[in-house]
Amino acid sequence: MTANLSATSRQKLGWGSANAVAIVVVAIPILWIVSLSFKTPGAITDPSFWPAQWTWGNYKGILTSSAFVRPLLNSIGIGLIATSIAVVFASMAAYAIARLAFPGKRLLVAGALLISIFPQISLVTPLYSIERSLSLFNTWPGLIIPYVAFGLPMAVYILAAFFQQIPWQLEKAATVDGATPWQAFTKIIAPLAAPGMVTSAILVFMFCWNEFLFAISLTSTTSARTAPAALAFFSGSSQFTTPTGPIAAAAVVITIPIIIFVSVFQRRIVSGLTSGAVKG
Amino acid sequence: MSTITKTVPAAASKEAPAKHKKPPRSARARAERRLGWLLCAPAVIVLIGVAAYPICYSVYLSLQKYNLAFPHAVKFVGLSNYGAVLSSPYWWQALKVTVIITVLSVALELVLGMALAELMFRTVIGRGLIRTIALIPYGIVTVAAAYGWLYAWTPNEGYLSALFNNSAPLTSTVPSLAIIILAEVWKTTPFMALLLLSGLAQVPGVLEKAAKMDGATAWQRFTRVTLPLMKPTILVALLFRGADAFRVFDNIYILTDGGNNTYSVSILGYDNLFSALNLGVGSAISVLIFLCVAIMAAVFIWGFGTKAPGADLVR
Repeated sequence: MTANLSATSRQKLGWGSANAVAIVVVAIPILWIVSLSFKTPGAITDPSFWPAQWTWGNYKGILTSSAFVRPLLNSIGIGLIATSIAVVFASMAAYAIARLAFPGKRLLVAGALLISIFPQISLVTPLYSIERSLSLFNTWPGLIIPYVAFGLPMAVYILAAFFQQIPWQLEKAATVDGATPWQAFTKIIAPLAAPGMVTSAILVFMFCWNEFLFAISLTSTTSARTAPAALAFFSGSSQFTTPTGPIAAAAVVITIPIIIFVSVFQRRIVSGLTSGAVKG
Repeated sequence: MSTITKTVPAAASKEAPAKHKKPPRSARARAERRLGWLLCAPAVIVLIGVAAYPICYSVYLSLQKYNLAFPHAVKFVGLSNYGAVLSSPYWWQALKVTVIITVLSVALELVLGMALAELMFRTVIGRGLIRTIALIPYGIVTVAAAYGWLYAWTPNEGYLSALFNNSAPLTSTVPSLAIIILAEVWKTTPFMALLLLSGLAQVPGVLEKAAKMDGATAWQRFTRVTLPLMKPTILVALLFRGADAFRVFDNIYILTDGGNNTYSVSILGYDNLFSALNLGVGSAISVLIFLCVAIMAAVFIWGFGTKAPGADLVR
C-alpha cells in the first residue's frame, strides 16, 4: 500500500516537473522580449537577462509614432474585416457541406485542403502583378482578399465539423411546437452554431494577425502595412541607434492580444485546431 | 414482414449517414442542389479568384520573359525560365536548405510534440493552465518571436550569446540553420502536440491496460499499442506541418534574411520578385514550389494512405 502510494506520488512529481520544464521553455523567450522592451537604449548592449534600470520609454516612443500606430490600426481593421467575411462565407459553405447533398462537394473540400497547404509564396508573384493592375496594391482590400482566401479553408473545416454535430431535429421540433422557421433559426439553431463561429473567427483572426509574407509583399507604405510587417521596417530614431528597444516593445504590444485570446478561449482554440485537421 | 426486410437494407445502405428517411424527390433534390451551390458560391469565387486564377496566371507568367525593370520587353520564351531556375545553383541551395529545415524541424516537433501531448494527456491538475501556456508560442506573431531569438543570439546584447561565450552563431551557415530550426520548433511544437493529443485521446485505455497486465513495459506499450493506433493522426499532422515548414519564410527573413546560404525557396522567390524584379523567373520559382508541395501531399495521401482531412465531412 505505502509502496503503491509512493509510486503514484513519485509519478505525480515526475509529471509536475515535466510541466514546470514546459512552462519555463515557453516563458523564457517571451520574458526576454518583455525585458528588452523595458531596457534603456544604453542598456541594450548589456546582455544580462533583466534590465538594470526599467523604462517605459520604448513604449512611449512607439505608441506616439505613426510608424507603429498606423500599422497597428491596419492590423486590427484588416484582421476584423477579413475575419468577418471569411466566417460568413465559411458558415454558408459549411452548412451546405454538412447538411445538403449536391454534386461538387468533394471537389470543394479537396480544393479547400489544397489551399490550406498551399505555399503562399506561389501566390505572391501573381497577386503582386494582378493587384498592381487593379490598383489594389498597398490598400486594405489588397490584403483583406488574400486573407479571406487563406482563412476560408480553416473556417470551413471547423464549421462543417461543428455543424455536423448540431442536433438539427431541434429545428423541426421547434416548428412543430409552433415556431416560425425564422424563430427556429434565431432561437434554436443560431445559439447552437455560435460557438463554432466564434472558434473559427478566433483562429482566422490569429492567422491574419500573424501573417507576414503578403503583408510585406502587397504593401509599400504604412497606409496598409500591418504591424508584423511594420516591425521589419522599423528604424531607430537616428541612424546610429539600433531600434532593438522599440521593436521589442512593439513585439510585446502585438503579443498581448494573443495572450488574452489564448487565456480566454483556450478550450475553443484547442477544439478548433483539432476538429478541422484530425477527425476520425 | 417481407416489405420490411425489403426496404430496410436499401435505406440503410444508401442513406446511412444522411438524415433523410426516404430518398428525396427529384424536385426537392434539385432545390437542395441549387441551395448547396448558392451557399458555396461566395467561398468558391474567393478561392478561384485568389488561388486558382493566380496560380494559372503564374504558370502563364513563368513562360514569359518579363522583368519589371523593362515592362515593355515582355515576350514568350517557353520553358526557358524553368531551365534558368533548374540550372541555377541558387535554386538547389534554396531547396536543400528548405528540405533540411523541413525534415529536421518536423522530426524534432514530432518527438517533442508527442512528449508534450503525453504530458497534456496525463496532467490532471492544472490541465487548462498547461494548455494555455502551450498555446502561446502557437499564437504569438512569428516575427515578434523571431526578433526575440535574433536579439538573444546577438553578441554583446543577448543572454544566449553571452551564455555561449559571446558567440555570433547567426554569422555562419550551420549555426544559423540550427537557430532557425530552434525558432520553428519552439513555435510549432505546441500545434503538433495538440493534433497528436486528439489522436492520443482516441486510443482506448483498455488496450494499454491489457498490455500492461500482459507484462509490457511502458516503452513497449507506447511503441506497440499507442503508436500504431495513432498512425493516422501522425500522418495528418506530418502532412500539415510538413507543408507548413516547407514554406518557411518569416523566421529566416528576420534572423538572417537569407544570408550565409540560409535562404529557403520562399526567400528565393521573394528576392527574385522584389530585388531582381523578375516576374518571369519569380513565377517559375513559384510554380516549382507549388509542385514540390503538391508532390509532398500526393506522397502522403496516396503513398502512405494518409486520410485526407475533411474526407469524413463529405462521405
